Amino acid sequence: MKNKIQIRKGTIRRLLGYITKKYKKQFVIVLICIIFSSIAQVAGSLFLQILIDDYITPLLGEPNPVYTGLLGAIGIMVIIYLGGMLTSYLYNRLMALVAQGVLKDIRDEMFDKMEALPIRYFDTHTHGDIMSHYTNDTDTLRQTISQSLPFCIQSVISIVAILCAMIYLSPVLTIFVLIFSALTIFITRKVASKSSKNFINQQASLGKVNGYIEEMLNGQKVIKVFTHEEKAKEAFDKLNEQLNEDMYKAHKYSNILMPIANNLGNLQYVLIAIVGTVLALNGNLVLSVGTIVSFLQLTRNITQPVNQVMNQMNAIIMALAGAGRIFEMMDEEPEQDNGYVTLVNVKKEGDKLVEVKERTGIWAWKHPHHDGTLDYVELKGHIELDHVDFGYVPEKIVLHDISLYAKPGQKIAFVGATGAGKTTITNLINRFYDIEDGKIRYDGININKIKKADLRRSLGMVLQDTNLFTGTIKENIKYGKEDATDEEVIAAAKLANAHDFIERLPKGYDTKLTGNGSELSQGQRQLLSIARVAVNNPPVMILDEATSSIDTRTEKIVQDGMDKLMEGRTVFVIAHRLSTVRNAKAIMVMDHGRIIERGEHDYLIGLKGMYYQLYTGAFELE
Amino acid sequence: MIKKLMKSIREYKKDSILTPICVAVEVILETIIPLLMANLIDDGVYGGEMNLVYKIGLELILCAVLSLVFGVLSGNFAAKASSGFAKNLRKDLYYKVQDFSFINIDKFSTSSLVTRLTTDVTNVQNAFQMIIRIAVRTPLMLIISLFFAISISPKLSLVFLIIIPILAVGLFFILTRVHPIMKRVFRTYDDLNNVVEENVSAIRVVKSFVIEEKEKKKFGKVSKSIFDDFSKAEKILAFNSPLMQFAIYSCILAISWFGAQIIIQTGMTELTTGELMTMFTYSIQILSSLMLLSMVMVMIAISKSSAERIVEVLDTQSDIHDPKKPIMEVKDGSIEFRNVSFSYVKDKKKECLKNINLKIKSGETIGIIGGTGSGKSSLVNLIPRLYDVTEGELFVGGKNVKKYHLESLRNQVSCVLQKNVLFSGTITENIKWGDENATEEDVKRVCKLAQADEFVSQFPDGYNTYIEEGGTNVSGGQKQRLCIARALLKHPKILILDDSTSAVDTKTDSLIRKAFREEIPDTTKIIIAQRISSVEDCDKIIVMDKGRIDGIGTHEELLKKNKIYKEVYDSQTKGGDADEE
Repeated sequence: MKNKIQIRKGTIRRLLGYITKKYKKQFVIVLICIIFSSIAQVAGSLFLQILIDDYITPLLGEPNPVYTGLLGAIGIMVIIYLGGMLTSYLYNRLMALVAQGVLKDIRDEMFDKMEALPIRYFDTHTHGDIMSHYTNDTDTLRQTISQSLPFCIQSVISIVAILCAMIYLSPVLTIFVLIFSALTIFITRKVASKSSKNFINQQASLGKVNGYIEEMLNGQKVIKVFTHEEKAKEAFDKLNEQLNEDMYKAHKYSNILMPIANNLGNLQYVLIAIVGTVLALNGNLVLSVGTIVSFLQLTRNITQPVNQVMNQMNAIIMALAGAGRIFEMMDEEPEQDNGYVTLVNVKKEGDKLVEVKERTGIWAWKHPHHDGTLDYVELKGHIELDHVDFGYVPEKIVLHDISLYAKPGQKIAFVGATGAGKTTITNLINRFYDIEDGKIRYDGININKIKKADLRRSLGMVLQDTNLFTGTIKENIKYGKEDATDEEVIAAAKLANAHDFIERLPKGYDTKLTGNGSELSQGQRQLLSIARVAVNNPPVMILDEATSSIDTRTEKIVQDGMDKLMEGRTVFVIAHRLSTVRNAKAIMVMDHGRIIERGEHDYLIGLKGMYYQLYTGAFELE
Repeated sequence: MIKKLMKSIREYKKDSILTPICVAVEVILETIIPLLMANLIDDGVYGGEMNLVYKIGLELILCAVLSLVFGVLSGNFAAKASSGFAKNLRKDLYYKVQDFSFINIDKFSTSSLVTRLTTDVTNVQNAFQMIIRIAVRTPLMLIISLFFAISISPKLSLVFLIIIPILAVGLFFILTRVHPIMKRVFRTYDDLNNVVEENVSAIRVVKSFVIEEKEKKKFGKVSKSIFDDFSKAEKILAFNSPLMQFAIYSCILAISWFGAQIIIQTGMTELTTGELMTMFTYSIQILSSLMLLSMVMVMIAISKSSAERIVEVLDTQSDIHDPKKPIMEVKDGSIEFRNVSFSYVKDKKKECLKNINLKIKSGETIGIIGGTGSGKSSLVNLIPRLYDVTEGELFVGGKNVKKYHLESLRNQVSCVLQKNVLFSGTITENIKWGDENATEEDVKRVCKLAQADEFVSQFPDGYNTYIEEGGTNVSGGQKQRLCIARALLKHPKILILDDSTSAVDTKTDSLIRKAFREEIPDTTKIIIAQRISSVEDCDKIIVMDKGRIDGIGTHEELLKKNKIYKEVYDSQTKGGDADEE
C-alpha cells in the first residue's frame, strides 16, 4: 500500500490563484492584520519585562511609590491590545469571507465543468467517485481553506514575531529554544508518521468491516431465510477484532501526539527557566528578572503555534490531494461542439420557409453554407445511418458497418442480447458519442454539422431508468420546456396515460417528488417520463427498454401511453419484451455489433433465424 | 440512553477508568509547574540561592517528565478504551440486526442500518474518547488552576470572578447563535449533494433535454445559499478570537496593574514577582480551558443524534421468537391458511392479505399469478414465518407455524426471495449456504437441477469462480439459477420461488420445472411468476388480486372462468395488441 499521498503538480499555485484572482485586496488586508495582531500578542509578553524591570523592581522599598508611569505604560498596552483585537476580528471575518468565496467559486466551476463533460466521462467513472469530489474532497478543502490555512499563516507569523522578540531579549537563550524546538519537532514528526502509517491500516480494516456490513445487511433477508445468522456473526467478529487492533494502534499514536508535544513544551519552559536562572546567577549573562519572566512567557507562547502548524500539516496535505482530484475533473476535456446548423421556427409562405421569432409549431434546420448562402430544411425526422462503425475505445469496435434508415413516422425496433450494441446506436444518434467511420444524417444533414443542443432538442428519449428530479410533478413534466403552460402539461400527461393517476394523488400536479420519485411506483414514474418527452413534442423518439422493469399488467398502460405518443413520429425502440415491437416497420436483430436480420415481424418469424428463437423464448435476453 | 451505550464498554472498563485518572494526574502535575516556577524566580533569581535553584529545578523537571509519562499513558488507555468500545458497540448492533425479523429490517431500511453501524458508531466513538479525555482534562485544568490562583492571591483572583462570566456568556452567545446556522448549512449540503447526485445519475436526461443551464442555475442557487449561511456563521464566529483575546488581555493588564501595586505596597510579602508571573500563566490556562470546554460541548452535542440512532436499533425487539417447546421436524409439505389476514403495519385498513383460506397438499406444485402489490410475496413469506400472520392461523405439516423451532422451519421451507443476492465468494461457497456440510457432488447435483451446472462448468474456474459482491459478474438469469440451486441444497419439504425465474429464458425455465417434477416429486413447490408459461402446467394456479384470492384452478379452468387470468394470458400471447380481442 502506498504510504505517501500524491499531490498533483501545480495544485498549490492554482489554489492560491483562486484567492488572488478575486480576493487579492482582502487577502493583503488579512495578512497585514495577522501581522499586527501577532505583534500585539508579542508586545504583551515584552510588556512583562518593562513591568517588572521598570515599574516593580525600582519601586520596591520606596515609601511613596508613584504609579503614573505604570498607568501610562498600561494605557499604551490597552491601545495596542485594542488594535490587536480589532485586527484579529477583521482578519477572521475577512478570511472567512475569502475562504467561503473561494469554495463557492470552486464548487460552481466544478459543477459547470461537470455539466459540460461528455457522457463518456460519466460512463467511465462511477457515480460514487464523481460524488466524492463534491463531498469528501470539498469537505477537506473547506476545512483547510477556512481553518488550517489561516491557522498556519497566523502561526508562522507568530513564530517569526516571537523569535524576533526572543532574540531582542536574549540571543543566548533563543539558541536554547531553537535547539529544543528542533528536538520537539523531530520527536513529534516521528510519532506522527507512525500514526499516519497506522491510520492507513485502520482505514483499510474499516473499509473491510464497513463493506462487509453493507454486503451482509443488503442480504439480510437471505441470511434469515437460510438461518445463516451465526455464520455471519462469526465472520464479522473476525473482521471486527482486526479493526479493533488496527484502530487501537492508529489512535494510540495520534492520542499521544498531543501530550508529547504539550509536555515537551512544558519541559522546554522548565529548562529555559533553570538555564536562565543559572546563567543570571553565575553572572555569565546580564539577565534581569523581567527579561527572564518575559522570555519564559514567550517560550510558552511559541509552543502552541509550532504544534499548530504540525497538526495542520496532515490536514493540508490531505486537502491538497483532494484539490488535486477536483482540478483533475475540471481539466477533463469538455464536450466539443462544432455544429453550425441550428433549429429555428419557420412559417410557410408558399413553397418557401421563412424564419420567424415566435413559436409556429413548424421547425426547420437553418443551414448556412460556406458561400454565405442560407438554406432552410424542414424538420421532419428522417434518420439515416450510413456504414457506421463505432467503438467506445478505438481498439475495440463494437458496431460494425451499420446502415439503416427511418422515414418520418416509421417505427424501427432493435432487439438482441445485452451487449449486442442496441443502446450504442441510440447513443450515436443523439451524439452522446461520436462515430468512428460512416455518416449519420438527420433530414439529410450530417449530424456533425448540427449544433448538439438543437439536435438533442429534436430527439425525445425515454430510458429504462426513469430519473425524475426533486420538485413537483408539474415541474418534472415541463422539465424540457420551461415555458410550457398548464394546459400543455395536462395534455401531455393525458397523452402519456399519466393524467389519471396524477389526479388521484392528494396534491395532484403539485405533488412533490423526492429521491427520484420513490413515492411513485415504477410504472407511474415511467408514465411521467413519457409525459416529460411528450411536452417537448419531438419529431424523433428513442425508447430504450422503457418498459422492461414494469410488470406485465402495468406495462399495458404504459405501452398504451407510448403508442399514443409514437403516432406520427419516427421512433427507435429497444425492447426487452418482443411482444411490444411486433408492429414495428422494421425490426433489426443485433448480435455482436452487427445487424444480422432485419425486416417485419412476420418475415423474420418466417426466416426461422435468431429472431424466431428469441421470440419463442429459446434464448435468454439478459 | 447513555446507560444503554455504556453496556458496550464491558472488558474495556479498566481502560475507560484509567484514562481519566491518568489525565487527572497529568493535569495536576501540569498545574504544579507554574507554582514551582514562582519559587524558582523568587528564591532563585531574587534570592540568589544556587542550591535552591538546583532543588526546584530538579522538581520541575521531574514534574514535566512525569506529566509527559502520564500524558502518554492516558493517550494509550484512551485509544484502547475507545477502539474497544466501538468494537463492542458495532458487534452489539450487528448481533441485534441478525436477530431482526423481516418487519424490523423493513422498518429501518438497509441503507439506514448501514449508516448506523458505520458512521454513527464512529461518531459515538469519537465522542466517547473526547469525554474520557478532553472533557475530563479541561474542567479539571480550570478548577485546579483557579484553586491555585486563589491560594496565591485571593485579591487578584477577583479578576477571574469578572472575566470568566463575561467569557462564558460571550462564548455561549456565539455558539448558540452559530449552532443552528451550522445545522442548516449541513442540511443545505444535503440538498447540494442531491442536485449533484441527480445530475450524475440522470446526465443522459439532462443532456438530451439540453437543460444544462437550468441545472447550473439550480446548483448555483444552493451553492449560494451555503455561502450565505456559512458567511453568516463565520461572521459570528469571527468574534471568537477577539473575545478570547479580550479576556486574556484584560486579565493580564488587570493583574499587572493591581499586582504591581500589591507587590510594591507589601514589599513582596503578600505577592512576589514570581507569583505574579504564575498568575499570568494560570489566567491563560483558565481562560483557554473554558474555551476548549465550550468546543468539546458542541462536539459532544453533535454526536448526540448518532447516539440516538444507535440506541434506536439496540432498543428494537424482534417480534418473532422461538416458542417454549419447539417442534424440530416438519412432517410433510402440506400447507393450510385458515382465515389468514396480514398487514405489515398491523393496521386493519392497510391489510395486504385479506381472509385467505387455502389448502395445499404435500408434493403439489402451485403457481401464483397477480399484479404488483396483489399480495403474492406477502402470502408466501408467511409460510417460513418470515412474517407473522396478523389474524387467522397458518399450518405447515399439520402444525401451526408458531410452534416450530424457527431454524428448523426455515431449513425445511426453503424460500428463493424476489430480491435475491449472492455474496462475494466462490460459487461453491455461495451454494453451500444451503448446507455447509454438503459435498461437491451435492453442489453439482442441485446445480444440475436448477439448470446452472452447464454454464458454471463453462466458466474457466468452474465452481471456484469468484462471485463479486451482489453477484454483478453473472447475468440476471444465471444469478437466479444459482439462487435456486442454493435453496435446493437444503433438501426442503417446501420450496418457494418468488418470481425467481423472470430473467431465465422460457426454455430453461421449463427445464427447471421438469427437473423439479422428476427429481423432487415429494417437495411442495410454490412458484410465483409474471409469465403464464411459468405456471401453466402447475397442479393448481392461484390468481391474486388486491390481497385476495381471485381464483384457483388449473390453467384450462382459469382461462374459462377467471377474467384477470385471461387478461394476463392474452396480453402475453398476443403482445401489444391485446385489446383487439
